[in-house]
Amino acid sequence: MTTEELKNLTVAKSVDARGTACPGPLLEAKKAIGTIQSGEILEVLSADEGTKNDLPKWCNKQGNEFLGMVEENGYYKLYLKKK
Amino acid sequence: MEKSNNEITMEKLLAELENLKAKTTQLENSAKKDQLSIAIISGDMDKIMAGMIISLAAAAMDTKVKLFFSFWGLAALRDPKKTVKGKNFVSKMFGCMLPKGYGKLKLSKHNMCGMGPMMMKNLMKKQHVLSLDEMFKEAAELGIEITACEMTMNLMGFKKEEFIDYPHFRIAGAATFVADAGESAMQWMI
Repeated sequence: MTTEELKNLTVAKSVDARGTACPGPLLEAKKAIGTIQSGEILEVLSADEGTKNDLPKWCNKQGNEFLGMVEENGYYKLYLKKK
Repeated sequence: MEKSNNEITMEKLLAELENLKAKTTQLENSAKKDQLSIAIISGDMDKIMAGMIISLAAAAMDTKVKLFFSFWGLAALRDPKKTVKGKNFVSKMFGCMLPKGYGKLKLSKHNMCGMGPMMMKNLMKKQHVLSLDEMFKEAAELGIEITACEMTMNLMGFKKEEFIDYPHFRIAGAATFVADAGESAMQWMI
């Protein structure tokens, strides 16, 4: 997905994991994914650069679809679709 | 005669099918589970942290995690608020010399009489890394199992009454770890 497409996504839930380092963002994502419906989009904000690699792997394992990420000033917005 | 041997009959097919079924069941039973087993024998702060961080990441990925605490690792499970009576002299000595809980662990390198762990804890806070206290809480929530090794508990004179209150806690022997590790896709030792 392009950055424009990602920015225009309708997000069901956004979780701010910028206050926690690895593996915090994964734990936050795991907690948040349970609160949304199948097919809905979850947005994860992370200031931890490792999350860029970790979250796609997490999605892969869980069967969720990793859509992409947008780099903001000092943090990342990552998007995934629940299976 | 030869011809009839090569003939494909219903019975042969059924027998072959049964054979395959048995083999599949056998394979299924021996397949490794999506499970991580770690034997934690070190009692150093950095090593316990590494074990917990990896365990939390695995649990977040829905991998079942089973931790087996043994030898020096047991000291990390002690609850600083609890005291037990009726220990013999050697057990008391061990109790005095070993850290009382995960909050009091030493670093394996650059401990500098306690300066190292203090600096590490400050750094962790600054970098938003979970403290060991928070890690154990998350672990409990994620259903990570902790097993304390009975033999080393006896060896060092630790009693189960002095360990932390953890919801998925049990005491068992080496065979339990071997059995758990045997069915785990990942088995490690720290």
